[in-house]
Amino acid sequence: MTEHRPLLIINAELVDPVSGKAEKGALAVQQGVIAEMGHAIDVSAPPEGALVIDAKGRTVTPGFVDLRAFVGEPGAEHRETLSSASRAAAAGGVTTVVCMPDTNPPVDDPAVVDYLIRRARDTAGVNMMPSAALTKGLEGHEMTEIGLLREAGAVFFTDGAKSVANAQVMRRALTYARDFGALIVHHVEDADLSRGGVMNEGELASRLGLPGIPKAAETIMLERDIALVRLTGGKYHAASISCAESLEIIARAKDEGLDVTCGVSINNLALNENDIGSYRTFLKVSPPLRSEEDRKAMVAGVASGLIDVIVSDHNPQDVETKRQPFVDCADGAIGLETLLPVALRLVHNGDVTMAQLLRALSLRPANRIGLDRGRLQKGASADLILFDPDEPFVLDPEILHSRCKNTPFDGARLQGRVHVTLVGGRVVYEYAGGHSVHHGRKV
Amino acid sequence: MTSDPASARLFPHRHLLGIEGLTPDDILQLLDMAEDAVEVSRKVEKKKTTLRGRTQINLFFESSTRTQASFELAGKRLGADVMNMSVASSSIKKGETLIDTAMTLNAMRPDLIVVRHHAAGAVGLLARKVDCSVINAGDGQHEHPTQALLDALTIRRNKGQIRGLIVAICGDILHSRVARSNLILLNALGAEVRVIGPTTLLPTGIENMGAKVFTSMREGLKDADIVMMLRLQRERMNGSFVPSVKEYFRYYGLDHEKLAVAKPNALVMHPGPMNRGVEIASDIADGAQSLIREQVEMGVAVRMAVLEALSRHLPNAEGR
Repeated sequence: MTEHRPLLIINAELVDPVSGKAEKGALAVQQGVIAEMGHAIDVSAPPEGALVIDAKGRTVTPGFVDLRAFVGEPGAEHRETLSSASRAAAAGGVTTVVCMPDTNPPVDDPAVVDYLIRRARDTAGVNMMPSAALTKGLEGHEMTEIGLLREAGAVFFTDGAKSVANAQVMRRALTYARDFGALIVHHVEDADLSRGGVMNEGELASRLGLPGIPKAAETIMLERDIALVRLTGGKYHAASISCAESLEIIARAKDEGLDVTCGVSINNLALNENDIGSYRTFLKVSPPLRSEEDRKAMVAGVASGLIDVIVSDHNPQDVETKRQPFVDCADGAIGLETLLPVALRLVHNGDVTMAQLLRALSLRPANRIGLDRGRLQKGASADLILFDPDEPFVLDPEILHSRCKNTPFDGARLQGRVHVTLVGGRVVYEYAGGHSVHHGRKV
Repeated sequence: MTSDPASARLFPHRHLLGIEGLTPDDILQLLDMAEDAVEVSRKVEKKKTTLRGRTQINLFFESSTRTQASFELAGKRLGADVMNMSVASSSIKKGETLIDTAMTLNAMRPDLIVVRHHAAGAVGLLARKVDCSVINAGDGQHEHPTQALLDALTIRRNKGQIRGLIVAICGDILHSRVARSNLILLNALGAEVRVIGPTTLLPTGIENMGAKVFTSMREGLKDADIVMMLRLQRERMNGSFVPSVKEYFRYYGLDHEKLAVAKPNALVMHPGPMNRGVEIASDIADGAQSLIREQVEMGVAVRMAVLEALSRHLPNAEGR
């Protein structure tokens, strides 16, 4: 495969997250970027040596930008590698993945950032980008070398699945990061209040005899963070919120003009606490699945744009960590590969429009981390997906590319399938009816 | 209250994982069978042959003296070969061993496994991995069905019936699987159930689970027929959930003054083991209104009934 082979996608339904408009036509890629698009393109004479893809009327949009995925490289390659996560991402329509720094060793040293960037370049088809730890060793005490890590290529700073309990540490980090224009992403959970809890606190938890996590564990931390952003003028993103009360806090912060955004996990959009049923451990996630009212509030937040981004919260856990009693098992569910069809549920249910969904999956996350991706625009990187939004299937976890199969959508009926994924104008994934074809990044 | 044996359908469950999911008819059937078991246990020759040739394993991931002994006696009185396995949870990697142990035991072809585990849902998980019948002897803060059944049997024998009685469950409701199972069972049989405790020890949403909630013993015990005390674990006494033993006993310990607001013929129960002077005054525990020792006797009878009921579903058993 040659670098930057010209490419022409014909008979496509082009949906642009910026305008929200859908247009039938073609899209041409040159030198890895979108060269032109629309119904006016002359498709009769494709450029010399061009790869022509017939979309057969299917949808073409920018690939998704996922700001929250746990991968496992380095240190837990048996759970997931950059390569396996990349293949899962490509099959789920995700062309840029920001990996969490909760690795072993953690990403708190520029050398690890450098390692991850090289490993991604050599082994991954999609853009796998590292985030860095906000505090050394993810311990919540001392801030990391924010400047050097950023220079090495860290996308943003976060302690991943952990919260920074010490307000002074958080204040200094927000203040210091501001000088570098660095974004701080925080898992909003008061660890003391949530300690021991394994699901949403409430009647259902009481019935199951499981210790609960109150919503206040989230809102207290979020309120604190907002107060610190107000104090410092920092750049802040709440990684994943789960309840209606948090939305109100975010709304107030945005009204004030603070540089605050937030994300929501696909799990909190598609599932509620009742799905836990009889102790299904694949549904033990953090933040926990909340009530149906909260889920609806999250969906409405995506529709209104108050919630800026949807994340996969991809978190591979194996048999050893998941095939345990509910209170003993690890948090997390895989989510990269099912991101498109599960997110499309919201469109099929009529709760959000395709444009609203695509903005939360591609445009806004790209904007938040300063990438010119997530838009159908001349000159933008040709990170594109071609998908059929209606194609139905029943999810068989065994065919998933992730090394772990802990999907909460095991056996679920889903609609929407990615057929082709392009990264930088090159095909990295093709669905070929039952078996899929992955193309490596390098020849 | 006794159901008509001609019309009674066979107890239809293969496992006993909780009171949840049992119909009032299922419960009454077990209680009636337990009445017969009481008779057996009071004979000189305390032996039946229902489980002859059967293997029963008592698999306890949490230490327990009385429940394990009770199940052991119950199995032996029915003629089963009983093996006790105590797996100290500190020495093992918990869940992994749970499933692995289940598979290992399953390969030894037991007929009945009695399980206690510190995690809610763990017994149900284990039941899905084995071919034999499984009895929940307590899973985390979830359920302890045989305790609720023995409590119901004790109450029924002393009060004639359960319908219409006011039963007050007092103390650490939050951490109590006994309270959960009792709440479900007593509601199913038509009792009015009250829970009394400091709010730090009450589960969220308990008011929607069929309980009237009180934080004052004086109010909650008013006109109660049955006062059911729960054990307060030592690690929860010193400032984490309640400030001190002294303060807890002052407000929630059962003494004569508090018991006096209940009905004059009210009876006192405790699932044991008791903390005398913490949740219950010593002389009440030993007094005329106490059913605590009878509860222990009924425990063996109820477990015999459960083992017998489940054994009807074992492969090649008669009546199937």
